[in-house]
Amino acid sequence: MTVTVTKAETLPIRSGDDVVRVRQRVRALAIEIGLGLVDQTKIVTAASELARNTLDYGGGGDMRAEIVLAGMRKGLRLTFEDQGPGIADIEQALTDHYTSGGGLGLGLGGAKRLSNEFHIESTPGAGTRVTIARWK
Amino acid sequence: MDRIPILKLGGALIVTIQVDMHDRLALALEEDLTAMIARTGARGVLIEISALEIVDSFIGRMLVSIAAVSRVLDAETVVAGMRPAVAITLVELGLELTGIKTALNVERGMALIQARLSKDEEDGYGGDRDRHEG
Repeated sequence: MTVTVTKAETLPIRSGDDVVRVRQRVRALAIEIGLGLVDQTKIVTAASELARNTLDYGGGGDMRAEIVLAGMRKGLRLTFEDQGPGIADIEQALTDHYTSGGGLGLGLGGAKRLSNEFHIESTPGAGTRVTIARWK
Repeated sequence: MDRIPILKLGGALIVTIQVDMHDRLALALEEDLTAMIARTGARGVLIEISALEIVDSFIGRMLVSIAAVSRVLDAETVVAGMRPAVAITLVELGLELTGIKTALNVERGMALIQARLSKDEEDGYGGDRDRHEG
């Protein structure tokens, strides 16, 4: 089914305060498409994990938020992109409790579980792009 | 920089988190709580989080870390008032709040801490915990 983007915006992720702003914006957009409270909480939490990855491991980047329409279904699609060191072994990075930094290693795997769609592309030395979506 | 106030009530410290926690605030709270436990000899720490709209792995790690440090300083941590949607999300995220007691609300959380304080008194070492006060 064709997916149409009905609204799009981009937010920078350069500091801890930006991570807070990402959460607030994702919450507002999730409400706008009519997600229930639990689904709102899930996508905001996933966004928080991914924004922190972008900041801590990617050296900063941005999030593109889109309200998408597939037939009658509305969804929220979020793309986190950085030009950082990239991830050499994505399978390993998705494993719970694997961490290359000081975190708990739940970020990527957790964000995947909290989303209806999850897609990751990474090129070592060039950067990482993670896309998640939650559908109403 | 903003800081989250810590209240002392008898042998317990009480924190209520009312703002969207950014990273520096979380780290400052951890430091402040640790210092306050050492200074007051508190036996219980109640962290009330009903205003928190999410708990991600960063906040989760902060709570686990506060509980671990508190335990080393002989105080018990109770997290109270987690929203149901937050609890559901935490489980799916895969975050385990190791070493943390949870309570549905402040009242039940205080009852848990109070039970420990009463037991201390029975065991005969409750009275002089406030030795370094002030």
